[in-house]
Amino acid sequence: MALLQISEPGQSTKPHERRLAAGIDLGTTNSLIASVRSGQADTLPDAEGRHLLPSVVRYQHDQAAQVGVEARAMAAQDPLNTIVSVKRFMGRGLSDIKHLGSRLPYEFAETESVVPRFHTAAGNFSAIEISADILRVLRDRAEQTLGDELQGVVITVPAYFDDAQRQATKDAGKLAGLNVLRLLNEPTAAAVAYGLDKAAEGVIAVYDLGGGTFDISILRLHKGVFEVMATGGDTALGGDDFDQAIAQWLMQQAGIQDDTSHHQLRRLMQAACSAKEALTDAEQTTISLELDNGKHWQAELTREQFKQLVDPLIQKTVITCRRALRDAQVDASEVQAVVMVGGSTRVPRVREKIGEFFGQTPLTDIDPDKVVAIGAAVQADVLVGNKPDDEMLLLDVIPLSLGLETMGGLVEKIIPRNTTIPVARAQDFTTYKDGQTAMSIHVLQGERELVSDCRSLGRFALHGIPPMVAGAARIRVTFQVDADGLLSVMAREETTGVESGIQIKPSYGLTDTEIETMLRDSIAHAHDDVDARNLREQQVEADRVIEALQVALRADADLLSESERAAIEASMQALAEARNGTDHRAIKSAIEHLNEITTEFAARRMDSTIKRALAGHRVDEIKLQD
Amino acid sequence: MTAASTQNYFELFDLPVAFEIDNASLAERYRDLQRAAHPDRYANATERERREAMQMAANINEAFQTLKSPLQRARYILQLKGVDFDDQKDTSFDSEFLMEQIELREALAEVRDDPNALSRLNTLMQDINARITDMQDDLAKALGSEDLTEAKAMVHKLQFLHKLRVESENLEAELADAL
Repeated sequence: MALLQISEPGQSTKPHERRLAAGIDLGTTNSLIASVRSGQADTLPDAEGRHLLPSVVRYQHDQAAQVGVEARAMAAQDPLNTIVSVKRFMGRGLSDIKHLGSRLPYEFAETESVVPRFHTAAGNFSAIEISADILRVLRDRAEQTLGDELQGVVITVPAYFDDAQRQATKDAGKLAGLNVLRLLNEPTAAAVAYGLDKAAEGVIAVYDLGGGTFDISILRLHKGVFEVMATGGDTALGGDDFDQAIAQWLMQQAGIQDDTSHHQLRRLMQAACSAKEALTDAEQTTISLELDNGKHWQAELTREQFKQLVDPLIQKTVITCRRALRDAQVDASEVQAVVMVGGSTRVPRVREKIGEFFGQTPLTDIDPDKVVAIGAAVQADVLVGNKPDDEMLLLDVIPLSLGLETMGGLVEKIIPRNTTIPVARAQDFTTYKDGQTAMSIHVLQGERELVSDCRSLGRFALHGIPPMVAGAARIRVTFQVDADGLLSVMAREETTGVESGIQIKPSYGLTDTEIETMLRDSIAHAHDDVDARNLREQQVEADRVIEALQVALRADADLLSESERAAIEASMQALAEARNGTDHRAIKSAIEHLNEITTEFAARRMDSTIKRALAGHRVDEIKLQD
Repeated sequence: MTAASTQNYFELFDLPVAFEIDNASLAERYRDLQRAAHPDRYANATERERREAMQMAANINEAFQTLKSPLQRARYILQLKGVDFDDQKDTSFDSEFLMEQIELREALAEVRDDPNALSRLNTLMQDINARITDMQDDLAKALGSEDLTEAKAMVHKLQFLHKLRVESENLEAELADAL
């Protein structure tokens, strides 16, 4: 039971105040923002009535970033400064980017950071900063439409995103000044929108083919609980690849070489994309292309030829669907509905092949572009506290196994894929040399056996292990994956209780210092005052903590002794005073003190909540025995 | 630390320590516990409560996984009764069981070259599943009569069969994807 659920109606500090929350679909091709208004979740349009914001950002010298339709219009003319499909670069290193294809129309700056930076006329930017620019536009849109600041958002990510890609998305949210309540998997968000709409129960499959990512999730819906049973996918497969396939065919037909100009490549991709879209309704389409030598070239593409080009790609998704069903231990015939999500499911051939595989016509009645943002908005509304009595609960899984490097370059799995999150698992290690005081741990994500075939998430160096004979030390490494699917690792030497100093070197993510610098830069850019912003943030946090604690005290004060309660109230009073001052550090330290002093109270409340959760059963079962 | 986090998994789910379990009721209790403890229910709570919620939800997940699987449940019950497991050292099996295992593994290895690989694999998997079911029945009896030594030996045998099942499932996946 949530804190707010326990409070009596009308007793909350600000009973009539609705908190503003939004769901954001940060897509490869388009991004959307949605919010629940008057009980109805819907996407929010811009001033011109457009709901979809093209995920395209253009950087010009000494100008603010241009985002959306205007930027997209310049993509062919100004390819190096106009970043499209930036999502494909999230959480990726330079070596990954080379795998994305040799025909990328970008230049990358040489930097010391492991995070690649696009070189543009306005400077060098990482994918995280570019995504933050998209998020800022959506935030402004929502705040103008809703009339006030957003108190929290849910940002969706492909279910198959690994830890580095998730962390990058969360960092982008932070950089855009958003309070990210949760990262939500896109298919799960779609299931929420669909499940609530149809009041569905049973097993459903969500097939999500976007611009650059593919996900399949098998879920069980039961009385408001959305339990993901298995998920699978490919974070580098989507409509963009359909375009690529057509573009390559065009190059072949028109005799264009691989080393052609950036402009030519952009024109090719745009022609390919238009042809694909035309074939949604038409049996064939005419492609005309302006070549670099000024000549025009023209060709016909039929649906039949298009099928041949994209069938291998669709077949890849079918194989992934089959594996997800197997992981969920469900037969295709048990699936009660197949929900289609993502713009690329508009391709008739995709619907046909997926319908064939599941033996039923897939559902396409909720706009496949909007369904993810709508589901995220519903979840954001619940998380921010607007629906205290809601029974909805989302139980997600990790998409890829987590493991450690062992002898001989092999990976030992600690948490297998499709394990429900949050999850915590511990593993014991020991020293192999006498007097060894340090140890290196390499964390990996993926299904393959060899380290070189998995994604490196980071290396941890453990220092300060007390010198002992080989094999005597017992180092317990705990992996914890939170509800966002983000991993944290803790280590402790058990015989002496020494919490070893851990140095984390993320293989792909930004370091804390880099994020700090970016935040400062972005604030400076917005001519904002860093101190004023820090103060506001701490005040908002202080208000939140005080309110949460007041609600908790009203509900469960009987769990505390007189003196315990007095101590908490004194500490709360101290925070309230600090909050009205102007020193953000003083507020922060008062919050920390209050957190510290309420540890035991939080534990007792959890115990009593757990007891209450099963109390209903005992009553039921006694009744049954009558 | 909460008291609930130090309870054993049966206590956490308010169920008697027993091998026989009602799966529907287990799933129902799991959902009720997660509804109460999941971190999403604490998005507005204090930092301490959010941390408690995450740890509790992880503990409930772990408990559910353990209780749901007959093999893990049996192993867990034996551990609660003070039986130690050391998978590196506990390797003695009766020769009859070992012979059976060798035959099953050979059968699995031969599947790959069979022109009707998938249907042959299917038959083999049915055989493995039947053996697992039988073994679980025997395990239930051993646990029921508190024959812990016998139960422990059966847990080890079941682990063998489970490993074999995973390998055949992997082969099935490989064969299906190659179609």
